[in-house]
Amino acid sequence: MKYKSQKVAYWFFALSMLLLVLQIIYGFIMGFARIGLDGLHEFIPFNTARAVHTNLLVVWLLSGFMGAAYYIIPEEAQRELVNVKWAYVQLISLALVGVAAVIGFHFNIWEGRKFLEIPRPLDYLVVANVLLFLGLILTTLFKSKRRTTTSLVLSMGLLFAALLYLPGMIPFDSQVLDSFFRWWVVHLWVEGVWLLIMGGILSFLLIKITGVDREVIEKWLYVIIGLTFLSGILGTGHHYYYIGVNKIWIIVGGIFSALEPLALLAMALFAVNMYRKGEKKHPNKIALLWTLGSAIVAFIGAGLLGFAHTLPQVNLYTHGTLITGMHAHLAFWGAYAMIVFAIISYALPNLTGRKFYDSSRGRMAFWLSNIGMFGMTIAFGVAGVAQVYLERKFSMDFMEVQKEVSIHFVVLIILATLFTFGVSLYIVEFIKHGRPTDEALETLDS
Amino acid sequence: MLSKKQARAFFLGGTLVTFLVFIGLTVYSLSDGNDQTNKENITESVIRGKKIWETNNCMGCHTLLGEGAYYAPELTKVVDRLNLRYDGQGDEVIKSILMSQVPWQPNGRKMVAFGMTEKESEDVVAFFKWIGEIDLNGFERIVSPLAKDRINN
Repeated sequence: MKYKSQKVAYWFFALSMLLLVLQIIYGFIMGFARIGLDGLHEFIPFNTARAVHTNLLVVWLLSGFMGAAYYIIPEEAQRELVNVKWAYVQLISLALVGVAAVIGFHFNIWEGRKFLEIPRPLDYLVVANVLLFLGLILTTLFKSKRRTTTSLVLSMGLLFAALLYLPGMIPFDSQVLDSFFRWWVVHLWVEGVWLLIMGGILSFLLIKITGVDREVIEKWLYVIIGLTFLSGILGTGHHYYYIGVNKIWIIVGGIFSALEPLALLAMALFAVNMYRKGEKKHPNKIALLWTLGSAIVAFIGAGLLGFAHTLPQVNLYTHGTLITGMHAHLAFWGAYAMIVFAIISYALPNLTGRKFYDSSRGRMAFWLSNIGMFGMTIAFGVAGVAQVYLERKFSMDFMEVQKEVSIHFVVLIILATLFTFGVSLYIVEFIKHGRPTDEALETLDS
Repeated sequence: MLSKKQARAFFLGGTLVTFLVFIGLTVYSLSDGNDQTNKENITESVIRGKKIWETNNCMGCHTLLGEGAYYAPELTKVVDRLNLRYDGQGDEVIKSILMSQVPWQPNGRKMVAFGMTEKESEDVVAFFKWIGEIDLNGFERIVSPLAKDRINN
């Protein structure tokens, strides 16, 4: 690392890993409930497990993005963060809000709105927390003479992510409008501004790892995020086909959703081409694996599998089925979880001074977690397709269908175990790196 | 060859244009004449029902308007569906499930025992009936129990 204040990133990454472990545990609780093993029902019913699983995902990814920003921004701005103490305050308050929300879910304290279950008073704390974070990042940038495209794109993504949280806080009497504006948050986050954050991190990593000229990488970064927004904003329409709003969204959403995979394809091709073009071969092979892997798996999970059910005539039958779970798992894993893993893999050796650049454990972590997640995606997909035919086409009763597809959840649990094993290896590697130290200053970074 | 400046113009221009179109379409689709959200039939009871729906995180298991968690049945048109199965007693069946003190357990999968009051459960039924009257661009026929309504028959 080049600046002492970058060390704060380590603790955000550590929080990320901790919450990821919890997220996986709650995922298993749901998986077992689906095959009839619901012994925890009295304490952790499915709706609690589900809210914990998805909200922890959001919090650990945000923590990872924030860590990424605290690592990247000083290096790009070529100065220390304006205030490290406040960054730690922000870290602790983020952790407290996250933990308080999760505990509340066990006591029926929530808003019951998919992905935005955090109760209203905590929403305000989230806003305050994110404002503090943005304040630190943007002031650091503002005080620097050097403003790179990478840092601007990353900061823009984080700023818009904060702004877009607000429509989700508007109260509505109508379930339809509630849902309509909830997607402004959820869709425009994951298929919009979060991709700016991902693009910013990806661009930083490619510049560092491949050695390709910054101007070239950043030019293509603009093109890719341009394509993302061009398709993604109006692509929001695919959530509006069948929730009680005008048919215009079927046409607009259908067309623009079909374009969404192109942006992700461009991102995958961009990452692979930059790697091929690069003459510098950075020794951190694990970071390279996760970086290229993220771009490629994002295309498959978010792009292809998203496209698999955003065609209106398909979505009419798949809307509200396990098909969504299939797409969501690989999309979040590829686009967001893997990019966080990539930046962690890149940053850790620089923060701690321990060069685990190409360990076999690191490689095993990558392959096992990916094989596990692909397998889980397939299990979800098979269960989903069966559900669509039996329930939607042949009018079988919901629970009869669930019994028919429960075998796929046995498979899912087995593959989730493989996935967890991969993630555990990653976390072991994380721990083995030890703590960040000032001794690592300037000695290793490229 | 594309320059960085042109790439930036493409990003900023494209984003601005599509965002404005998005806002325009939002206004268009929710304006009188194009609105199909069934807002005119929202009663106090429906609003209370929605509140109960949210504060108990029903969406954490069920789906409604196709949105939720796929662990428990879709509840759009649930009153119709239960009317058909229980001889017109749909309302009563839903109420008794919501008021039950022990977990309702159809085919082995447990629901949380909410132990609601009669009034609360009536509000939830009113909410479901309101949902059932929304024009969902065809999805209501996919989840409807009435064969003649189904578009895939």
